[in-house]
Amino acid sequence: MDIHTQIVDDLVANDIGFVTTVPCKQLAGVIAELETRSDILHVPANKEDEGMGLCAGAFMGGTRPAIIMQNTALGVTINTLATLIQYYRMPLPMLISYRGELGEPIACQVEMAIHTKALLAQLQIPTYHFHHRADAQELGAILKYTFMCNKPVAVLTDATFWGGY
Amino acid sequence: MIRSQILRDIAPILKGHLVVCNIGIPSQELHAIADQPSNFYMLGTMGLASSIGLGLALVQPKPVVAIDGDGSVLTNLGSLPTIANNPAANFILLVIDNGSYGSTGDQPTYAGRKTSLAKVAEACGCEGVIECQAEDTARVLQEALDSQEMTVIICKCASGNAKEPVITMDPVVIRDRFMKAAQA
Repeated sequence: MDIHTQIVDDLVANDIGFVTTVPCKQLAGVIAELETRSDILHVPANKEDEGMGLCAGAFMGGTRPAIIMQNTALGVTINTLATLIQYYRMPLPMLISYRGELGEPIACQVEMAIHTKALLAQLQIPTYHFHHRADAQELGAILKYTFMCNKPVAVLTDATFWGGY
Repeated sequence: MIRSQILRDIAPILKGHLVVCNIGIPSQELHAIADQPSNFYMLGTMGLASSIGLGLALVQPKPVVAIDGDGSVLTNLGSLPTIANNPAANFILLVIDNGSYGSTGDQPTYAGRKTSLAKVAEACGCEGVIECQAEDTARVLQEALDSQEMTVIICKCASGNAKEPVITMDPVVIRDRFMKAAQA
């Protein structure tokens, strides 16, 4: 099974029915796989904080949400994470492409990569880092954990995990 | 008419419906005028009322009214193409457009100057965009609910705020009673 199918299968197996995305090259395969699934409503967002608003609405309407985004956008979501997702105690799995790590060809991506884990730690967001392909075997458990504790939870997926650029 | 008078006018129409209300004074006014479990008050996160409302409307069948402001729509302008391209027949976006940032001291917004939010919404692909004057809001909102078609209402009104208390209800309580109302 390819990794894109495996990830989307885990989302479906954990009753996630609403996914919003802002694309990243590394996430293109997962986003394409989402589009083929009838049991997930995929609503592309124009900005990641907007996407978190959509997820908050979907959650309150009784559907488990998830957001797929790039780590460079973490900065624009800080307020939304603190004052909406965390303040109202909502679960939100965040599948994040971790740009700016080993193998990165674009120097500017490193500038947010060096802040990514620090920002997540400052926000006290549980954070998992997929570096090897086998790390994705924990995704199902991470999703269960997210909806058990009603918190945003970050899953960082780097270039080594995706097999390079 | 100012926002609080419009909210008084539409309160009987909103009764029993799922309402997502914009941050700051709009939520304080709605809370004081017509609190109900099916009101979701935004205590922070300027700009996301329309996004929360759309997400809610897309996953369940009950009508959803998102009460937004011109300043907040301008903050999250990317929401309008998302609304247009993911239409939900049960979604009404009511923008109370008083041409000012009411919660921060009534500084003018661009919507009160050269920018038409109705034209922006139409250019984004939204169908069912209606611009109305404040005194017509209740009628337009009722017609939108009756039509069972997604509607964006831009309600032009005067700038100004009623003095109402800050909402002290715990956010988790707001969320919990709102979810129970949504699932009832």
